[in-house]
Amino acid sequence: MHATELEDVVVNLLRLAVTNLPSDVSDALEEALHKERNSTAKSQLEAILENVTLARQRSIPMCQDTGIQIFYISVGSDFSLLSEIPRILTNAVRKGTQTIPLRPNTVNPILHENPGDNTGLNVPWINWRITEGSDLHITAFPKGGGSENVCKLGMLTPGQGLDGMKRFVIDSMIEAGAKPCPPTIVGIGLGGGADICMKLAKEQLLRPVGHRHSDSQISKMEEEIKEALNETGIGPMGLGGDTTVLDVHIGVAMRHPASFPVGLAVQCWAARRASATITNEGQVEYTSHKVE
Amino acid sequence: MATYELETPISEEDIRKLRVNDIVFISGTVFTARDEAHERALKWFESNKPLPIQPNGLAVFHCGPIVRKKDEQWELVAAGPTTSTRMEMFEDKFLEAFQVRVVIGKGGMGAKTAAAMKKVGAVYGAFTGGAAVLAANTVRRIKDVAWLDLGMPEAMWIMEVEHFGPLIVAIDATGENLFERVKENVEHSRQKVYQLVGLQDS
Repeated sequence: MHATELEDVVVNLLRLAVTNLPSDVSDALEEALHKERNSTAKSQLEAILENVTLARQRSIPMCQDTGIQIFYISVGSDFSLLSEIPRILTNAVRKGTQTIPLRPNTVNPILHENPGDNTGLNVPWINWRITEGSDLHITAFPKGGGSENVCKLGMLTPGQGLDGMKRFVIDSMIEAGAKPCPPTIVGIGLGGGADICMKLAKEQLLRPVGHRHSDSQISKMEEEIKEALNETGIGPMGLGGDTTVLDVHIGVAMRHPASFPVGLAVQCWAARRASATITNEGQVEYTSHKVE
Repeated sequence: MATYELETPISEEDIRKLRVNDIVFISGTVFTARDEAHERALKWFESNKPLPIQPNGLAVFHCGPIVRKKDEQWELVAAGPTTSTRMEMFEDKFLEAFQVRVVIGKGGMGAKTAAAMKKVGAVYGAFTGGAAVLAANTVRRIKDVAWLDLGMPEAMWIMEVEHFGPLIVAIDATGENLFERVKENVEHSRQKVYQLVGLQDS
């Protein structure tokens, strides 16, 4: 595997992510349209689905906000290009910005300058997991600003516990209302610490819609919170209706005896992600999308 | 709930017929303005400097598009709406200064804007958030761009559109605000939502 080959794979992943909504998400939107009783809500879901189809057919970004570039990397310690991955991802983001194209979205918070290539201090951001073996698993996860703006951290007390978590999530989603472009996918991170629960929450957004947690107590809570949020009546785009969330996913880590941290990550309907597995020998398998 | 086809320049009379939940499609001229273009437009108005376009009767679109240059021509790639509440601090003055008839965005706007719409004769049209290809699909051409020094998303892009929509009328010229109505309904549902996850009191 050469660096330039890997760079091309990453550009492909970015293109797939922003132009081709994963089928679990579009299927969930279809199902929501089928169930929806509110006519304004129906018009919004129809517009979203038509937009998704056009973006796929023409291979252009489904939303003009192509996000901040985040990657999830799980890599075997024997993968030959391990140390070059950050440079390769940065180059791929620069290239993809031109060729896909992506909207130039990185702004220096001190200087307010936009370099125009979607890179800069700490961006692209890479979440690392080092494993045994020599395979590389990459997920490109471009994250839009509208839904990111309503993500929240709740440092609850153990006494508030799970009931406190549910109240925190419901209150935060009601407050968010139309802002995160509903129907959304909600990721909840429970335990760990302030940073850990936020990381867990965001990681839950990678889980396909409809996939439940393996622990039955947690999966029951996911269902329960999903149903409750859909009873708020916020609806698609906050214009009212039965469909406010497509799914709720919960991830858990052990907590400190004195803390009950809750992270809330929100994903707009344009749940963009694309994954591939790459071997040392250069074999590439796209795992999130069918690629000819 | 009725569906209307409007052509710019749109008259005050036509706008005052529209009601919340109506669906509108626009043909003619739409221009983009986000935070910085709103701010600059109002500054120019105060110092009697004319805008790069004649805004009366047009639609202003809260949007930071993806645009690229192909053979010296601007080509629109994707153009969905941005969150309108950020423009709440400017929009009432903007409406009074420029008599735009339709404000297009996502997420709705507040009481100050609704009051100005009632006074001036304008509506807020909610365009489906994220539906950037659908929007770009109705843009026949980019007529002009002004204030590119503000950057691609913040510049004023002047677009010729055909059948641009569907826009849901979410604030009408009587001052009725659909987003506020939904918020009230959500507030009514709050206790029921709590009960569904087993929470007892409020």
